[in-house]
Amino acid sequence: MAHAYTPGLRVTAAATVRRERRLPLKGEVLVASGEAVDAHTVVARTELPGNVQTVNLAARLSVDPARAEAALTRPVGSPIAKGEVIAAAKSLFGLATHRIESPVEGTIESVSKVSGQLILREPPVPVEISAYVRGTVAEVLPGEGVVVESRGALLQGIFGVGGETWGEIAIAAASPDEPLAAASLSADHRGRVVVGGAYVSHATLMRARELGVAAVVVGGFDDRDLRQLLGRDLGVAITGSEELGLTLILTEGFGHIRMADRSWRLLNEQRGRLASVSGATQIRAGVMRPEILIPADDARPEAGAEAHGGGLEVGSLLRVIREPYFGRIGRVVELPSELRELDTEARVRVLVVEFIAGGERAVVPRANVELIAG
Amino acid sequence: MDRAPESIRSILATDCGSTTTKAILIERRPEGYRLVVRGEAPTTVEAPFEDVTRGVLNAVREVEELAGRRILDGERIITPQNSADGVDLYLSTSSAGGGLQMTVSGLVLQMTGESAQRAALGAGAIVMDVIALNDGRRPYEKIRRLRQLRPDMILLSGGTDGGDVRRVAEMAEVLRAADPKARLGAGYELPVIYAGNREAAAIVRDLIGGRTALLVVPNLRPTLERENLKPARDAIHELFMEHVMAHAPGYRKLMAWSPVPIMPTPGAVGIIIEKVAKRDRLAVVGVDIGGATTDVFSVFQGVFNRTVSANLGMSYSVSNVMAEAGIANILRWVPFAVEEVDLRNRIKNKMIRPTTIPQALEDLVIEQAIAREALRLAFEQHKALAVGLKGVQTERTISDIVSQAESGASRVDLGELGLLVGSGGVLSHAPRRVQAALMMVDAFLPEGITQLAVDSIFMAPQLGVLSSVHEAAATEVFERDCLIRLGAVVAPVGPGRAGQACVAIEIEPEAGGPSRHRAAFGELALLPLPDSGTVRLKVSPERGFDVGAGRGRPIEARIHGGVVGLLIDTRGRRPFALPDDPAARIARLRAWNRALSVYPREV
Repeated sequence: MAHAYTPGLRVTAAATVRRERRLPLKGEVLVASGEAVDAHTVVARTELPGNVQTVNLAARLSVDPARAEAALTRPVGSPIAKGEVIAAAKSLFGLATHRIESPVEGTIESVSKVSGQLILREPPVPVEISAYVRGTVAEVLPGEGVVVESRGALLQGIFGVGGETWGEIAIAAASPDEPLAAASLSADHRGRVVVGGAYVSHATLMRARELGVAAVVVGGFDDRDLRQLLGRDLGVAITGSEELGLTLILTEGFGHIRMADRSWRLLNEQRGRLASVSGATQIRAGVMRPEILIPADDARPEAGAEAHGGGLEVGSLLRVIREPYFGRIGRVVELPSELRELDTEARVRVLVVEFIAGGERAVVPRANVELIAG
Repeated sequence: MDRAPESIRSILATDCGSTTTKAILIERRPEGYRLVVRGEAPTTVEAPFEDVTRGVLNAVREVEELAGRRILDGERIITPQNSADGVDLYLSTSSAGGGLQMTVSGLVLQMTGESAQRAALGAGAIVMDVIALNDGRRPYEKIRRLRQLRPDMILLSGGTDGGDVRRVAEMAEVLRAADPKARLGAGYELPVIYAGNREAAAIVRDLIGGRTALLVVPNLRPTLERENLKPARDAIHELFMEHVMAHAPGYRKLMAWSPVPIMPTPGAVGIIIEKVAKRDRLAVVGVDIGGATTDVFSVFQGVFNRTVSANLGMSYSVSNVMAEAGIANILRWVPFAVEEVDLRNRIKNKMIRPTTIPQALEDLVIEQAIAREALRLAFEQHKALAVGLKGVQTERTISDIVSQAESGASRVDLGELGLLVGSGGVLSHAPRRVQAALMMVDAFLPEGITQLAVDSIFMAPQLGVLSSVHEAAATEVFERDCLIRLGAVVAPVGPGRAGQACVAIEIEPEAGGPSRHRAAFGELALLPLPDSGTVRLKVSPERGFDVGAGRGRPIEARIHGGVVGLLIDTRGRRPFALPDDPAARIARLRAWNRALSVYPREV
């Protein structure tokens, strides 16, 4: 292993991003290649086949399954309204008539001769997808959707909950190590993407939701509060479909953690600008991290200054991402090639770091650091 | 495969995992088949490569470098071996792209539903859902669920042969209405296996034959008293190759390289566990705890079972272990006070940065506490499914059959368990082997005498597929290079009070005189064993305690030596309990850790 594993979340003022906007099923694309789109522009539309309802005609009418179809009041393929009589049969030597009403509005799809089961299909469900981010249509995927390209600032978080949203960036903490306080929130934050510092409590988050804040971006959050927010313990890190009334993005992790200076600076520079935000996180093969995209007004070419990933060298700035030095920032002063024994007695590849605050040195496994840009 | 097994001089085997492709090179030496080297490279199923063979070639190149000999000619594996170049046999397993994902269905959840689940799991699949007429969901909910899931394959079972066909037709109609799509590529038909009432086969064919790639095989539950899973399992393997693998990126090419079909990874592990159990006439449990999932394999009374706990693991799924086990169950294994807020945040931070490793000893202890709970939960799930009739004819009264769900007599008998094999990073790479032994003992709570081992580098999948064509080579390598024998545990069953005389042990090595030891109730002790060879063990429990022969009755056994030794666990079974009082619990855990030198210092 030549380099340490560094998750390398992207934090850059000038990136070109392409976001695929794809329908769940084939449908109609509403925009053309090269067209300018806003975050809320509907780019494609389709109809999902309606839900299916079953009615056991044979059992309910007490007829032989082979004769169930004959009991229908209208032929297979006909539309039917909710509550309308769908099938009828005489019983008790023709003295009584059993009638079955349709439980839903839909179409009569089929009747089985073996089980006597009727299948009703409800009307299709329309589905629309938006562009999500302001930009241009870079590619049309015929019948399926589009690829929207946008240039501007990009900040990936480490974890998020809540779906896609957008709003202007507002800064509501004085520094990256200050927690977001409920008192700092006001009616002005309605529909905004509010940036706090190191931490947000559940109570403050609830206040933000009350005020109609679109998204909250902070360094850290307690898992105990996440449980309260979701109403359950989050087992597997696949998020983005929660309906929480706002989106939450953590830039650093769980606990009180100072937001990285670069992220803090970038978000401050973008204050007042429109950002597209997604909390969707998936930590599996094919990792997906939450993001804040802030399209630029002018189509500046992508700057080459972006720092993410890359190799670990003496002098690299890093953050430790596990106890006992969790969250501390320092520079690499030594990269020993031989394996070293840890407190646990495991023998692993390590580095020696000198912490910025305090200046002391420590040995840390290479697996437990991530590179950050200065 | 055309070649006679005895003529094989060298074997190259790969396992294409979700993240890493592992290659091993086995050669025939004067003492038998041995592992020579192991190489690995990132798996290349996903973009930007989208060709599994890139990762395979990279892993093989590492093997070439380490072994100092040529195996590849450009991008071709040289077979057969030509003087020092190439290998005589190449084979592979795969779990890349999330493995084989299946949906199964039966009429009654606890009967054909459960049989279908066992068939799919045994073939190496992850079961996404079990749909049954009595699963509590309304038909439209079943249909919606079937549409949401995008499985690789569906196994449709239901009804005994000659039984009512109407209910089977209802399930097939639900499937037809749902019109489910396959996971990989919308351009091909979803493979469906029908293994239900043979009288309903024609109806099923009419209903879904034209819309899916339907394969009809003999009923997996021909009568209530009989389960016949093999035809369904074989069909799963066949369709896995023909449909699923053939549509995965690069697999068509990979399939052409090997004369042996590519097998799903867990299916291959099951084969080797089954063969070892048969050879040694032992009941065996194997567990593989990974980052995302934990697989449990068992062979009891000659019957193989496998389960996969898809969301129990040590990195990606670590947070789910906490969610399922509860924080109190994790904390009970931690010998120091931890704030719940702190523990929760630590676990979530591991989930979002899954590749980090414990640096502080306290962190390792917490990780091993979580592992105990992940293993315990996975084993609970296994015991719940490894039940009832399987593959053999069993005489049961009608009341047994009716009460199957409730009685659920598990085949897993901890008293019968002869060998417990652990695998996966947290067990295989525990800094001290005794830590792995104790994690397994705490999680599985074996009873009587049980031998313990870990798989050193997890090559069981490759050895499993090898055993299907060359059993001798596979078991030789498994025993010599794969398995690390830890020793054994003696755990008397029965309640007692601390300090009460519990058990006497006599250990007689192959050379030298016997040594004798006594243990009181409520202790953990470790007695030395030779690293290799075997010893004769005589265990004499006091009245009220049982080590396998009945209360107070002595038992003798021949067991393998091991690097940890013989663990005497008189902490009690049925019940096994830790003190409720936190201070007393911590004191007890610390005393046990000291007695076994589990950690380098007190934590």
